[in-house]
Amino acid sequence: MNLLETAKLTKYFGDTHAVDNVDFTIAEGEVLALIGSNGAGKTSLVNLISGLIQPDSGQIFFQGADVTHQSVHGRIRAGIARSFQIVNLFDELTVLDNVALSIFSREGLTRYFWSLADHQHAVWQEALDILRQFGLESKSQALAGGISQGERKLLDVAVAYALKPRLLFLDEPTSGVSTREKAPIMDVISSIVRSQKIAAVIIEHDMDIIFRYSDRIVVMNQGLILASGILEEIKKDPLVREMVFGPSHA
Amino acid sequence: MSSVPLPFERRSPLKIVVWAVPIGALLILLPRIITPYQTILLTYGLAMAIAVLGFNLLLGYTGLLSFGHSAYFGVGAYTVAFMVKYLHVNSMELFVLGAIAASVLVTFLFGFVCVRYTKIFFSILTLALSQVLWSLAFKFFNVTGGTDGLRVPTPKLLGIVSGEKEDKILFLAHDYYYYVLAVFAICVAVMWLIVHSPFGKALQAIRDNEVRARFVGIQIRRYRLVAFLVSGVFTGIAGALWVPLNGLTTPDILYWPFSGEIVFMAVLGGFRNFTGPIVGAVVFNYLKTSAVGFTVYWQGLLGIVLVFLVMVLPTGIVGSLRLLWAHARRRLSQ
Repeated sequence: MNLLETAKLTKYFGDTHAVDNVDFTIAEGEVLALIGSNGAGKTSLVNLISGLIQPDSGQIFFQGADVTHQSVHGRIRAGIARSFQIVNLFDELTVLDNVALSIFSREGLTRYFWSLADHQHAVWQEALDILRQFGLESKSQALAGGISQGERKLLDVAVAYALKPRLLFLDEPTSGVSTREKAPIMDVISSIVRSQKIAAVIIEHDMDIIFRYSDRIVVMNQGLILASGILEEIKKDPLVREMVFGPSHA
Repeated sequence: MSSVPLPFERRSPLKIVVWAVPIGALLILLPRIITPYQTILLTYGLAMAIAVLGFNLLLGYTGLLSFGHSAYFGVGAYTVAFMVKYLHVNSMELFVLGAIAASVLVTFLFGFVCVRYTKIFFSILTLALSQVLWSLAFKFFNVTGGTDGLRVPTPKLLGIVSGEKEDKILFLAHDYYYYVLAVFAICVAVMWLIVHSPFGKALQAIRDNEVRARFVGIQIRRYRLVAFLVSGVFTGIAGALWVPLNGLTTPDILYWPFSGEIVFMAVLGGFRNFTGPIVGAVVFNYLKTSAVGFTVYWQGLLGIVLVFLVMVLPTGIVGSLRLLWAHARRRLSQ
């Protein structure tokens, strides 16, 4: 059974068909790359599934349950988490606090105002363990607003990962970082995601990263799914070749 | 084992005791050192400090600037006045409980509407709603006394201490001061616990980045509403403590300039730290009293102070002192 399925998912912004009758699936533990040119509808699709925006029509099923009209909170509880294209962190809190907040929320502890956050030893220890996994332990006491872009990208993913998701959306996890930093960032993310058997959807423009880290590729264009398959199949598709590699490769 | 110190290893409760005990001792001893008039001024300051602590849960910790906190202060004060006028109650404890109940009710109603908005929309909505209460107090003369207000006599404290037989000034400067100080200490402790709890962390997360807070599973509106409720209740308690001190409640405390004064106090002390609002409330009280005595244009003088604060000391008194202290420590270590 698929972990997530969308049925005829549609979202229009005025005359723009951001997501147009999309049937999208991802299996348990699968690492999938979502590619397409700017404005193809990749981020809109992720926004719809994660609950940031509501669809005009269509349905979203997660582990067989209809989550189309569920709140963001409900989807996170179900196991859907995401990172953002433009890093979204609590800049005035420490790196450790950023991750700890996810754990406090996941455990339902943020409702407690009669106990000290500092005394939740298990939460802080787990947050530190996660930072260690992401190679950010040495930055734990720094403000999230004061670390490098590459570290911020990793922290963005770490915050989402701390929610213990079954499905993780990674919206351009290496955008805005130097070419040299891209592979180490993806190595860290990929090893964690695969070791924990988390299904992941990576939106990316860098083809080297897509080919190296994903099991399957879904190509979007003008709100539609153009093609879906493993790397070799996708490479042979003339439409994809034209769109991704340019007219000379069609 | 990790080499990185975890929060509970870095923040020892002993550090709080080191500064809280001397300040507490000083506040206990002060009435023996200063004049009754100065003690009463300090009592006003402590009552206002509770209101500003509550206000700052919204501004400093949740990122919501309320321009309508006069409403909850007024609800506290008018509840006490109504209890005296209609129920002939004289117990300070019942006054505080009544003020809490009334502020929960009003704050919930107002908060339910206001927390759906942020930034300027939130501020304007809180301002508008507070002015609804002001107009009710202003126009319903038969109930509220209109501009004449309602008189509140000295209450009975803990069912035993009453100011009716002794000199009112001495009662307010001694018995009532210690009563307000005790309530103030409880409020400070409760607020400290709230802002350092996981709930307080969630509020700071909402303040910093609402979208991200949503995507770590925090239910934004619900948390804002709870913060709004707590904030309003603190301000209501402050109103209840303030009115026996003043002896009278009028619609002035529901009018928007009073909300402005609460904002002023938070900015004066520094709203990005816990103690700033307390210092701001006490200092503002002395500043206003001095300015009123110094010139008839006291509002202008306070305006100049506010401009100076925003331009030169944007982090307020406590924030600036902290910066100076950090600078001095750096210089000494070099």
